[in-house]
Amino acid sequence: MRWLLVIAVALALPPAALADPPPSGIVHPSAPPGTPLVELGYQLYAGNCSSCHGSKGEGVPKLGAVEGAGDVPGAGPSLRSVGALSADFYLRTGYMPLDDPGHQPHRSRVLFSNHEIEAMVAYVASLGNGPPVPKPHPERGNVAEGLHLFTSHCAGCHQVVARGGYVTGGVAPPLSNSTAVQIAEAVRVGPYLMPTFSPHAISDRQLDSIIAYVAYAKHPDDRGGWSIGRLGPVPEGLVTWWIAIVALVASCLVLAGRLKS
Amino acid sequence: MIRKVVRYLDERAGAAPLLRKALRYVFPDHWSFLLGEVALYCFVVLVGTGIYLTFFFEPSTLDTVYHGSYRPLQGLHMSEAYKSVVNISFSVKAGLLLRQTHHWAANVFVAAVILHLLRIFFTGAFRKPRTLTYFIGLTMLLLTLLEGYLGYSMVDDLLSGMGLAIGYAVALSLPFIGANLAALLWNGPYPGGHDFISRIYIAHVLVLPIAIGTLLTMHLVLVAARHHTQFTPRSERKVVGVPTFPGQTPRSIALTLWTAAVLFLLGGLIQINPIWLWGPYHVGDATNGAQPDWYLGWLIGGLRLVPGFDWTIGNYTLVPNPFWGGALFPLVVFAFLYLYPWLERKVTGDNAWHHVLDRPRDRPWRTAIGMAMLTWIVFVFIAGSADRALVDFGVSYVKQIWVYRVLVWVLPVVVLFVTKRVCEELLAGEKVESERRAAERAALLDTAG
Repeated sequence: MRWLLVIAVALALPPAALADPPPSGIVHPSAPPGTPLVELGYQLYAGNCSSCHGSKGEGVPKLGAVEGAGDVPGAGPSLRSVGALSADFYLRTGYMPLDDPGHQPHRSRVLFSNHEIEAMVAYVASLGNGPPVPKPHPERGNVAEGLHLFTSHCAGCHQVVARGGYVTGGVAPPLSNSTAVQIAEAVRVGPYLMPTFSPHAISDRQLDSIIAYVAYAKHPDDRGGWSIGRLGPVPEGLVTWWIAIVALVASCLVLAGRLKS
Repeated sequence: MIRKVVRYLDERAGAAPLLRKALRYVFPDHWSFLLGEVALYCFVVLVGTGIYLTFFFEPSTLDTVYHGSYRPLQGLHMSEAYKSVVNISFSVKAGLLLRQTHHWAANVFVAAVILHLLRIFFTGAFRKPRTLTYFIGLTMLLLTLLEGYLGYSMVDDLLSGMGLAIGYAVALSLPFIGANLAALLWNGPYPGGHDFISRIYIAHVLVLPIAIGTLLTMHLVLVAARHHTQFTPRSERKVVGVPTFPGQTPRSIALTLWTAAVLFLLGGLIQINPIWLWGPYHVGDATNGAQPDWYLGWLIGGLRLVPGFDWTIGNYTLVPNPFWGGALFPLVVFAFLYLYPWLERKVTGDNAWHHVLDRPRDRPWRTAIGMAMLTWIVFVFIAGSADRALVDFGVSYVKQIWVYRVLVWVLPVVVLFVTKRVCEELLAGEKVESERRAAERAALLDTAG
């Protein structure tokens, strides 16, 4: 609820927010209707992103080396050529803004409206010649090919049914909430520890298949009964001990007890 | 009519005296004696379902392309083995039910064997004259673990392949003999020659089941020959319980049906090892969080907990890292189990025959050592699933591993002393109680006199 308060305070403040952005919290500048998208994007950027990415998207190389906007110590990469693709990914997954530059970004509540995100994406895109937001076509993909590609490129970290897992130094997140566009973006961006896959490594057509497979893996064919998480032996072991063995020991007790009476 | 049949059989087999003896055999009347029976009935279900599965399983790694009914695999390259198991799951009548029941039965079988082993250990049932029965039981457990591993491995799905890769690494890590042994078993470097899968198939469906079945027969014959142990009475020369017929027979039949019912219900209602989701294995493929079936989880825990180091002399690696967790750890556990009866005899000097069981509290040291050992293994086992604890509950993996590295050594020691103390206190309490009763009786006699 605290962020609501922050928003309320930020909204109550006039465009002064732009001149002197508060050191923390989310800033929502109240631009008059008709403000160009890039202009609104710049205002949002200045208020929410510049501490770590520099006042003009040039990046802040090292924590404490250069004070970011609002004199907040921050560190972040240059956004000069990341393009709309990267900005769209990080903002729509809630990966950014990040509470600590040293932390792994994780999927969380998106703190901006759709219009605000579009504005920031337009601003970041205007900084250089980065790639645009991709337009995947999972309906053209093939689930079987997707499984094959996912197993060789992705499952080693994301688990074969995209349930996520541990990797040295971080978590490969489950993909249960990822949208088609976000998957396409992540493959090209390589957020945090994830490697970047160029169109040479994974073509756009192959990417369609991978996205089709990830969509399938959210609700796969569950023959055989209750799927207990689709994680394999760990939940299976729990069922063995806590259902089967409990039932069988109980039956031993019943049988031995009944004979006594 | 029955009389006629019985006479026909008796005149040709001469089994009447033996049968009469068998029917009069006295079974002890305590629930914990039924745990071994549960294991036995699991084994029966395993053999039954396993025979059905062999009709359809194809032990071959030859490459083929899938064109079956399950769409998400269509057009994929896979081995004949994997394809046949997908077909068992989706096309063969009752195939998925029996495959899942087979797998659940394996999981429950090992659990029942271990509960049975705990009962034997903590009550001292392994002592003379039943040490041989105990050794045979341990050997069956060892073979069962291998049997389960091979069943998991021969399906050639993604988890099978990763399991074999780990097994191969552990085999390689054995000092001096490792490389040659692995090459011999796998018939070449990983993933092995084409005949590797026929080897593990023959081992899984023929060699090991027959070995386990033979040992099982010896185990049961020895149990009958040496007779069951007794909880009560407190005399080495009396046997109390119920006869085979009419007492034990309905109980055993009911337990057979119960066990089969639980296993088939699980097989029908709860998914196990959905290999169509794991996909086929190709060398180099991997999935995060791959795990063995629960009964080998302690070895994965062992492999994960050992800090990364090798014993080297110059450029020559004497003992590669997987040896510690994957080979030495189970070696120590089984060596402890095999040597314990001898160890206890040496330390206590108790060489007598024992037909009457101890309650765990009657032998504080044995109970304490057993509990410490159990704690050690269980915590290594739990450490094996630390990655799931991170993903599902957000507990830092590296911190977990360090906490386990400490707990695994500290907790057994704590448990050792706490258990010993609890046993001694329980005994002391009983002593006070019996003294009080004796004094009261004496006082009562006095007033009466």
